[in-house]
Amino acid sequence: MDTWKPVARIADISPDTGTLRVMHEGDAVCLYKLPDEICATQDRCPHGNASLAEGYLEDGTIECPLHQGVFDIRTGKPQCPPVTTDLRRYEVRVEADTVYLKAQTP
Amino acid sequence: MNAGTIVIVGAGQAGGWAATTLRERGYIGRIILLGDEAHAPYERPPLSKAVLSGSVPPESTELFSAERLAALDISFRPGIAATRLRLADKQVDTSDGGAIAYDKLILCMGGRPIVPPLPGVAWGEGAAAFTDAHGVHVLRTRDDALRLRACLGPGKHIVIVGGGWIGLEVAATARQAGTRVTVLEQADRLCARSVLPAVSAHLAAMHAAQGVDVRLGVGLRAVLREPGESQAGRPSQSQSQSRSVAELTGSHPLAELTDGQRLVADAVVLGVGLQANDALAREAGIACQRGVLVDQYCRTSAPDVYAAGDVAVSTHAEAGGTMRLESWQNAQDQGTAAALSALGEPAPYLPTGAVWSEQYDAMVQIVGFPALAASEVLRPQTDAGALVSVALDGGGRVVAAVTVNAPRDLRQLRKWIAQRALVNPALLQRPDVPLANAEIR
Repeated sequence: MDTWKPVARIADISPDTGTLRVMHEGDAVCLYKLPDEICATQDRCPHGNASLAEGYLEDGTIECPLHQGVFDIRTGKPQCPPVTTDLRRYEVRVEADTVYLKAQTP
Repeated sequence: MNAGTIVIVGAGQAGGWAATTLRERGYIGRIILLGDEAHAPYERPPLSKAVLSGSVPPESTELFSAERLAALDISFRPGIAATRLRLADKQVDTSDGGAIAYDKLILCMGGRPIVPPLPGVAWGEGAAAFTDAHGVHVLRTRDDALRLRACLGPGKHIVIVGGGWIGLEVAATARQAGTRVTVLEQADRLCARSVLPAVSAHLAAMHAAQGVDVRLGVGLRAVLREPGESQAGRPSQSQSQSRSVAELTGSHPLAELTDGQRLVADAVVLGVGLQANDALAREAGIACQRGVLVDQYCRTSAPDVYAAGDVAVSTHAEAGGTMRLESWQNAQDQGTAAALSALGEPAPYLPTGAVWSEQYDAMVQIVGFPALAASEVLRPQTDAGALVSVALDGGGRVVAAVTVNAPRDLRQLRKWIAQRALVNPALLQRPDVPLANAEIR
């Protein structure tokens, strides 16, 4: 059976940025508030030393604040240079305004 | 253009992006990528940080692996330099004795560190001149980084000549490794060519707080090495703390400064700038001016010859004139632009002036063109290490900006710079007013 760990409340996600950096099982994870869902990916840009939670959320994509690499948040796919690697995605569940991420290890 | 041969001279970041862009844009002809280093195209920024500290292996900076290039059917020839361009014949002679005919040629030869003609500093030719035995280092290649890495650590002292980005990044990495660090900067402030005074002061304070001995208005006069020479000078107090005169041998460089002081070091690191590797182009009669001159389509003065990256000098009136940009961003963007031009789908390339630097826990980001600046406005920050500096031209328009640990503000600033937005300096200085509201519409 899957285990889910609470990492934040929806209200914790900044209405300004639509993002929140949380720790989940030792990994930095970025939560995104999209119009119809909450998504989660690795927080560190795979290209450089930057936190995606400090990036720019737009139309379901996140733009890294350092080199303007853009990723599709739902698929994790890179959209333009310099980024070439997919973002690691995390399974999200929302219950009673609490965001849960799926535990990797039971 | 769909067939034929495109030769790219130089397999650094610009050359790598040029080659892969050609293929990704559907070019089906031959692509030959010549690189005088033994390595596949790699990014240089980590060389002064994670590679120098040893926290990542040098291979991790690779941009396009040899396998990836092979998969794109790019003929990558590491260790093969171009030795002569024969424009009339449209041929490139190579260091292995070959000659390659081209239809289009893209020059991405990059640059090499400037070695000032000082006693004990300039000798020999090329990288071979810089060895541990001499104690004088430059930092441009992966191999340079590995050589310098051996000089860092507790109990060691390095003297960095030049308080620009390379010098400051090396200083930060060396300090974090426990090295004693002295930075010499001939000008009266750090990074004077690329940032305004408040940013220089911020950087100087940050390094001083980390224990770096930053000396402004002081340069290097000579590097002494012989035991006889080293004993001729009286050590300053700071030197004797780490090493006595008796211990001086030919293996330790002794930096003699322009103020007469002498500092014993384990390494003297030159970070005084880059010069373009434009000899190949100059000898072929291509117009050069401290770099290969290109227009906004990356075209040189010779037909079918393009240039991009650190070697290219371009003129953009709206960006402040003639410039040779030595940045990661420019290498990528101009390399891509040169490929598009060579394919006959040119789009004018206007640099953004984006540069970043990581020192300790500070992320410094620059965008725009400080050469156009008439004034500097600081936006107060709550975090102690943070800084937002906005450069305005004489008409109050945003022309450049620097942020330290304030990445979110940079997006607005970048947009303003692209639009040359007019802003209200008084509102910029008010942290209670959202940044966007400082614009005068």
